[in-house]
Amino acid sequence: MAEAGHAAPLADEKHGLVSHQFEDVEQQRSAAALGMWAFLVTEVLFFGGLFLAYTVYRRLYPEAFAAGSHHLDVTLGSVNTLVLIGSSLTMALSVHAAQTGDNKALVRLLLATMLLGAVFLGIKVVEYAEKFRDHLVPGVHFHWHGPDEGHVRLFYGLYFMMTGMHAVHMIIGEGLLGWLVIQGRRGRFGPHYNTPVDLIGLYWHFVDIVWIFLFPLLYLLGRH
Amino acid sequence: MATQYAVQPPDEERRVHYLNADYGIRSWLLTVDHKRIALLYLGTVTVMFAVGGLFAVLIRLELLTPTGDLMDSDTYNKVFTMHGIVMVFFFLIPAIPAVLGNFLVPLMIGARDLAFPRLNLFSWYLFVFACLFGVGAIASGGVDTGWTFYTPYSTSSSNTHVITATFAAFVVGFSSILTGLNFIVTIHRMRAPGLTWFRMPLFLWAIYATSLIIMLATPVLAITLLLLIVERAFHFGIFDAQLGGDPVLFQHLFWFYSHPAVYIMILPSMGVISELVATFTRKPIFGYTFVAYSSIGIAVLGFLVWGHHMFVSGQSVYAGMVFSLLSYLVAIPSAIKVFNWTATLYQGSVSFQTPMLYAFGFIGLFTIGGLTGLFLAATGLDVHVHDTYFVVAHFHYIMVGGTIMGYLGGLHYWWPKITGRLYPEGLAKIAAFIVFLGFNLTFFPQFVVGYLGMPRRYHMYPPEFQVLNVMSTAGASILGVGYLLPFVYLIWSMRYGRRATANPWGATGLEWQTPSPPPTHNFDVTPVVTEPAYSYPPIQHVRERVVG
Amino acid sequence: MAAHVTPPSTYYKIFATLVALTIVTVIVAFFDLGRLNTVVALGIAVFKASLVLLYFMHLRHSERLTALVIGASFFWLAILMVHTLMDYVSRQWIPVPGK
Repeated sequence: MAEAGHAAPLADEKHGLVSHQFEDVEQQRSAAALGMWAFLVTEVLFFGGLFLAYTVYRRLYPEAFAAGSHHLDVTLGSVNTLVLIGSSLTMALSVHAAQTGDNKALVRLLLATMLLGAVFLGIKVVEYAEKFRDHLVPGVHFHWHGPDEGHVRLFYGLYFMMTGMHAVHMIIGEGLLGWLVIQGRRGRFGPHYNTPVDLIGLYWHFVDIVWIFLFPLLYLLGRH
Repeated sequence: MATQYAVQPPDEERRVHYLNADYGIRSWLLTVDHKRIALLYLGTVTVMFAVGGLFAVLIRLELLTPTGDLMDSDTYNKVFTMHGIVMVFFFLIPAIPAVLGNFLVPLMIGARDLAFPRLNLFSWYLFVFACLFGVGAIASGGVDTGWTFYTPYSTSSSNTHVITATFAAFVVGFSSILTGLNFIVTIHRMRAPGLTWFRMPLFLWAIYATSLIIMLATPVLAITLLLLIVERAFHFGIFDAQLGGDPVLFQHLFWFYSHPAVYIMILPSMGVISELVATFTRKPIFGYTFVAYSSIGIAVLGFLVWGHHMFVSGQSVYAGMVFSLLSYLVAIPSAIKVFNWTATLYQGSVSFQTPMLYAFGFIGLFTIGGLTGLFLAATGLDVHVHDTYFVVAHFHYIMVGGTIMGYLGGLHYWWPKITGRLYPEGLAKIAAFIVFLGFNLTFFPQFVVGYLGMPRRYHMYPPEFQVLNVMSTAGASILGVGYLLPFVYLIWSMRYGRRATANPWGATGLEWQTPSPPPTHNFDVTPVVTEPAYSYPPIQHVRERVVG
Repeated sequence: MAAHVTPPSTYYKIFATLVALTIVTVIVAFFDLGRLNTVVALGIAVFKASLVLLYFMHLRHSERLTALVIGASFFWLAILMVHTLMDYVSRQWIPVPGK
């Protein structure tokens, strides 16, 4: 059977690659899928801790949170939301391209996803720079021209932690997409094998879902 | 039937198995074989156990006298903190899952490896990386916040290496998550034909439940430690009352992980006990289905009780009542296990080899630990014994009298499978007795002295408590000898022990259907399972034989 | 591959719905509905997330185990939030001597 201690993949008649621990391609695919979903569970709980902290302090300091939120740029935030939703569309379409064997479309759509993700991150850089300029980054230089400085500082701390962790996940996603583009251009994906595209897509959509919740909670308080 | 040989015929020396299939450091550091990775973990956790044990020695030496003469209070704070951090994060949480789990899960389900072998190796590297950070924190001066890192001391006042230590715990969490993920996917997707859920050995149920807890709880620890690090660095106020933050929020987030974490520590050990009791009574575990479901029950209910660590922290009285009631509830599935193991003994063919001695020790000591947990779950009583040695004794009965006993029992039981060698049974029995004796002498006095009011995390105490403290330290010395003996004879046996057959215990279970040690790919042919777990032949009882 | 192939037209429809819902969320935020603001905003967010889960992440055509896994993660998130908030919400309910 397999050589000592080495996961040398074996080819099967569907010309997919099956690692030695699996019986067949289908078991490998379903194991990988369950693995990604299980990983996303950990991500839900990871961000969940931040959402809990947000909820606790918003309940305690509603005016300070509304004031802090009001100072965020709702236009940039809304644009970013639409950009991210668009990137989810291109990601889903790229999975479809892989499933139907359209390799050119696959690579194009993956690049489009990466581009939209980069736009999102670029807008975040702009927003963060504005905060830095306005002395709204919690730390030594934080200064709020209004009441409840401490509580507003809490809001901004959570804003930076939540959007910051989200951005870190986006950057990791960009890296994963880049790897998909490289592999895609080598023709590695098609109807017989597209698991990585599918699963990295799941990750990307999850990061989109996190933003779907972050946006109203951070940007849309105290708009009226 | 033919006599069972414990010793293997001479061909064994030429057989290729996972230990001799490849040689050299690269074949170990770049392995993806779950069995080799289990041994890598075994080496690493043993080193960390020694580090944590060293701090325990220092604690007990200091506590020989009522005054703080061996070290000052700042140093003592560091010593008990490092003892806790190392033992909890770098020994108790990983030990059974990463050593016994990694080795046995594929064998027990009839698979060639785990679902993600390279992820498995990566989890070990993360673990080593985290250990280096932990040791680095120790070497550069230590941490003094307690292993619980309570704010605002850890974020604002402590001038020790908090960030290094919390970062180490943060990384080790990811190692843990990857292990849990691997087990869940493997158990769901790679069971051999015929191995339905309710034919699985109970160790697998325990590992599965443990993995569920790992996946759901550890990420919350990760974000909590990250928030602590950010707070310490930037002071944006999330846990700082002066800025409107709430230190109790840190405790909620911390214990949301750390209470289920104690079930991560005990559940795998309980799984081992189920295996030991079945084999050494030659009977199926009484109430298999109840025991299987109780593992899931512990995993679920364990998430609802964390506030019992916070009765006196400033959480609301109402929340205290709810957490207290739920804490009583979570004792039930554990009790079900103890009742079922005990019931299994009835009319069983009981033998007293070393693994079974550890199992008996576990059942008794875990019961004491668990019952004293119920004492603590009563808010009225907890107010008086919180932060005393009563609590310290309670959790050491579970962690040491429970988890470590199960770990040692399992290590001895599966040693022939892992190494292909038998350990010296006579010496092992003596060591087990020494461990049991040393353990009780160390920790029982702590119940007494804690109930009488001696606080924990203090290096000075009123002189009237000295006798009990001296007893405790004496017990610790004996316990140390008890731990040292297996360390020596197990290593000795790897070279000089008698060779073992595939199934020296005559036990059921797929892991015993392959040679000792197994070939790299575990099974030459994927086994097909047709029987329930523990399908031993019925035991002929005296009365049946006489009456006919 | 056993995975279901969703037609692109479905993806476009979902995308359009998500964009529309985003616009609605933003507009509603500019009106003062009192406590309803939060309810509406979160309600729309949950609905959007469900669309992404069901269609983009093809939960609609996945096995039951996947739905169970996702359900479990949100259930546990709910435990984290509700069980912690239970403390904060009830801090004034039962008085402690001296407070």
